[in-house]
Amino acid sequence: MTSPQAPIALAPASHAATAFQTHDLGKHYRSRWALSQCTLDVPAGHVVGLVGPNGAGKTTLLHLAVGMLTPTTGTIEVLGGRPASGPDQLRKVGFVAQDTPTYSALSVADHLKLGAKLNPGWDAALARDRIDELDLDPRQRAGKLSGGERAQLALTLALAKRPDLLILDEPVASLDPLARREFLQDLMAHVADNGTSVVLSSHLVADLERVCDYLIVLCASRVRVAGEVEHLLATHRRLTGPKRDPASLPAQLQVITASHTDRQSTLIVRTEGPVHDPAWTVEELSLEDLVLAYMSEADASQRKPRPRLEAAR
Amino acid sequence: MTWLTWRQFRTQTLVTVAALAAIAVTLGITGAHLAHIFHTEIAGCLGRSGANACSTETLNAFTATDSFLQHFLGFTLIGIPGLIGAFWGAPLLTREVEAGTHRLVWNQSVTRTRWLAVKVGLTSAVAAGVFSFMLTWWASPLDRVNANRITPPAFDQRGIDPIGWALFAFALGVTAGVLLRRTLPAMAATLGIFTAARILWPLYVRPHYLIPPVHKTARIGTMPFDWVGVNHGPSSPMVVHVSMPGAWILSDHTVNAAGHQVPGATVFALCPVTTTGGVTKIPPDSCFIQHLTQLGYNRSVLTYQPASRFWPLQWAETGILTALAVLLAAFCYWWVRHGKVS
Repeated sequence: MTSPQAPIALAPASHAATAFQTHDLGKHYRSRWALSQCTLDVPAGHVVGLVGPNGAGKTTLLHLAVGMLTPTTGTIEVLGGRPASGPDQLRKVGFVAQDTPTYSALSVADHLKLGAKLNPGWDAALARDRIDELDLDPRQRAGKLSGGERAQLALTLALAKRPDLLILDEPVASLDPLARREFLQDLMAHVADNGTSVVLSSHLVADLERVCDYLIVLCASRVRVAGEVEHLLATHRRLTGPKRDPASLPAQLQVITASHTDRQSTLIVRTEGPVHDPAWTVEELSLEDLVLAYMSEADASQRKPRPRLEAAR
Repeated sequence: MTWLTWRQFRTQTLVTVAALAAIAVTLGITGAHLAHIFHTEIAGCLGRSGANACSTETLNAFTATDSFLQHFLGFTLIGIPGLIGAFWGAPLLTREVEAGTHRLVWNQSVTRTRWLAVKVGLTSAVAAGVFSFMLTWWASPLDRVNANRITPPAFDQRGIDPIGWALFAFALGVTAGVLLRRTLPAMAATLGIFTAARILWPLYVRPHYLIPPVHKTARIGTMPFDWVGVNHGPSSPMVVHVSMPGAWILSDHTVNAAGHQVPGATVFALCPVTTTGGVTKIPPDSCFIQHLTQLGYNRSVLTYQPASRFWPLQWAETGILTALAVLLAAFCYWWVRHGKVS
């Protein structure tokens, strides 16, 4: 269930390349699919938000992208290569795992040395400047840092590696609201300067809203919608009007969710063109409403027979 | 990569070096003393016969020298590989997984296979080897007198054998960690399997399967013997215990032409043990030999590993243990490379 890619004018240099591409990607654990039928084609040069509730499969998708996991079905290519297939591929992709792990017994300076020893493209000046800016004591052990400082240290390691694609798994989940904002601003400032592609996941749309220009909604192991944020906002509308059966709507309106009172219907629809029917009050959606619509659609589609539609008949 | 491994294992390495240094000093001082006694008191009479032979008292006193060190260091050397496997091998991966740091380190520009290779490369084998060669040197005068270095546990405390065990135990620990992913269960599994292997191997594998033992049948009286008697009470078979210095005798039966053994009681009836005035008098070996021969139990059937097999057995055992370690390591590579640890 991916969106057709409508070409919107963007930075032309980066548009040609692909950040990552998946085809029918799936990962099965002992008794369940953590991710299934995932087909995506995300162009480079974007800040991609991967949003979905806890347990939706976000971490699984990101772990597949960095090669921490191997797929059960389908394929995944990241920057044109197989994840973790060799030093070259590893060099191109930066990863900050969930809970931003660091070696608690090693000092901040040790971590920078680790980065320098293990990465040929290491940008020592960038790493040092960031540590200075963040006001971290290089002799401090990572285990003694606060959650926010640790996240910043992990991000510094990933940034100074100078990757073409930076993947962050719930980087701000453990941070307080102020640290969250600082972390994301800081990340964006760096990315804007270097043209790095970014994928970051969160279960909160609010975290991603300010920073992402591309969105993937993942729910119950399936991709519900994916596309550029502007395009998504331009093609989704909330329609309010007298009660009617969603099945009677024109074909170009794809109903995502529908709710009804005795007299009124509220629909969230996807449409490539304008809605002309005067019976409807047409409103634009916020990104959060849009994501919630796809999440509740996923939620409803998991329940066998669909009671909402039955009631409407 | 080497830097990171060194940084992570710095403390353990320094502790090991310090321990080896302490052992070196202890063995250096006591070893010089031991060699001195050997040259002044034993070398002149060892292997001589008649009046020039060493007295039993002299030999016993010599082999009891530093007996605490002999036993303590000997069994430490046997046990150390197990501890290395449990405390170095098992946590190698699990402590990264438990802290999530494998997700940090495997996403630098070094493949996880290489990460594992460097860690495994810097193993305990060197430490075990150094320890073993020090002890082998130290105990060499004792081994010349005891002539038992091919039998357990001396075999396990000499030469290159401890290197094989250290490699095997380390790889075992890493494998347990890779499979179980949690430190404590992995350590327990490593210690359990190592202990079982360490006990069962010298009992069942080493004597028979590394190099097939020699089987030999000889008429009694044609070979020197140590003593004649029963192993477990009068109803157990009477055996002429053949003397074969330096060899590892696996079985020794005294049989007749049909291959049957004779119960001790049958021979004791002909050569009775007498007790007069509270003093028990055991008949001489010659009486037993004479009656055994008359009854037709006139041949010794022996299974043994000759003394010359010490180094072939050392190499065979070390080779097999090293190969097992390589197999385990290969499995770990495969497991880790194919994304089974996330």
